[in-house]
Amino acid sequence: MANPILETKEVSAWFGKHQAVRGISFSAEPNTINAMIGPSGCGKSTFLRCLNRLHEEVEGARVEGSVLLSKEDIYGQGVDPVAVRRRIGMVFQKPNPFPSMSVFDNVAAGLRLAGIHKRSVLAEVVERSLVQAALWEEVKDKLKQPGTSLSGGQQQRLCIARALAVNPPVLLMDEPTSALDPISTAKIEELLVNLKNDVTIVIVTHNMQQAARISDQTCFFLTGELVEAGETSRIFTNPQDTRTEQYITGRFG
Amino acid sequence: MERSVDSELRQLKEKILTMGGYVEKALDDSLKALIQRKPELFDNVYEVEKEVNQKHIEVDEACLRILARQAPMAADLRLVVAVIKINTDLERMGDQAVNISHNAKRYITEPPLKPLIDLPRMAEEVRAMVRFSLDAFVRGDVALAEKVLAMDDLVDGLKNQIYRELITYIVGDPKVTERALNLILIARNLERLGDHATNIAEDVIFAISGKDIRHGGGAGAQAGSTQK
Repeated sequence: MANPILETKEVSAWFGKHQAVRGISFSAEPNTINAMIGPSGCGKSTFLRCLNRLHEEVEGARVEGSVLLSKEDIYGQGVDPVAVRRRIGMVFQKPNPFPSMSVFDNVAAGLRLAGIHKRSVLAEVVERSLVQAALWEEVKDKLKQPGTSLSGGQQQRLCIARALAVNPPVLLMDEPTSALDPISTAKIEELLVNLKNDVTIVIVTHNMQQAARISDQTCFFLTGELVEAGETSRIFTNPQDTRTEQYITGRFG
Repeated sequence: MERSVDSELRQLKEKILTMGGYVEKALDDSLKALIQRKPELFDNVYEVEKEVNQKHIEVDEACLRILARQAPMAADLRLVVAVIKINTDLERMGDQAVNISHNAKRYITEPPLKPLIDLPRMAEEVRAMVRFSLDAFVRGDVALAEKVLAMDDLVDGLKNQIYRELITYIVGDPKVTERALNLILIARNLERLGDHATNIAEDVIFAISGKDIRHGGGAGAQAGSTQK
């Protein structure tokens, strides 16, 4: 690939003695959506969590290999994992707005942690992030209400706005629509396709149609290995590996 | 474990096979009527062609249903797309059998212009192309499909030979023009049948291997790879 924004080299990950991810080399070009598919337990979520140093937060967990963000190793010596997570944001399966915070404060949380407290700056970034997350029109009169008062789909977009507020070049998403109804799912998908103008997205999804609809690159994982990665339209019409073929045609998994 | 899409795809293949069988029957009867001068066979052709048309609609409905409900992927998706195209070819092949019948009907009401030699040969080749293309589809046999592609050149050559010969008849005696033209049209109908069999063979190769070999795309054009 010409100029990947995110690149991994031989990344392996363990939970104690159990190896969940086996030597994965992967790269994502800027302004693309990269879908990770594979059966449950194939290591795709664990791999995703290696990409912003979240995996190591689990007790007994360990990572080997390197993850380069714009050519810089996020596992390099002296790199602060918290700083990494500001540049590589994450959205989870279940919408998880901070329960005690308003809509506004949820989005502003990351900025405040980064030491930004000026009201006008916060207001501007909160609005921009909510617009980017296609939520502004629905919540602009409810900014003081609790984030948890919104609908499920709105809460998920709130979490996306919260992740976008700190302007990350890369956004990781772990099954972000699996808890949502089809309408909310469609909104999030549309949002992601628009967002890739600003960020590079790596998304884990169990919904193959979702991967086929929105992603540029699809990666198929099996038992901790990256079996096949390639242009999404090729993977879904003409996969090269029989295991990929069998999985996407529903023969196992 | 069998997937629910498997039984639907199997039924789809069976429908195509039945349809192919009707097309072969229509072609056989139209040629037998011409070569053996048996006008009573033409009605069979018209009846069988109605069956082909019925299957044409059924296959399209089945493909639409599978796409909507099963969202097939990879080899399954390629198969459904190939079947949609093969279906169109088979329907047109049924029409060509009817066209042969129309032209043959006019031809056999008059005395033979000449002993038919090249035309039956061409008909044999085309029948073999149709048979092989359908066999290749059922068996997923890429080599057999490739054989069909090679046969098309021979058929085109025979058509040109028949054209040339009949034109010399017309030039020699313009009174034979109508009979000669009917034979020329039949050669043209057969050539088109060969082209449809070729299309089917190409679709079979696509469905099985993912390679798009049409229009000289043999050099590695792959399903899903976009030109950049």
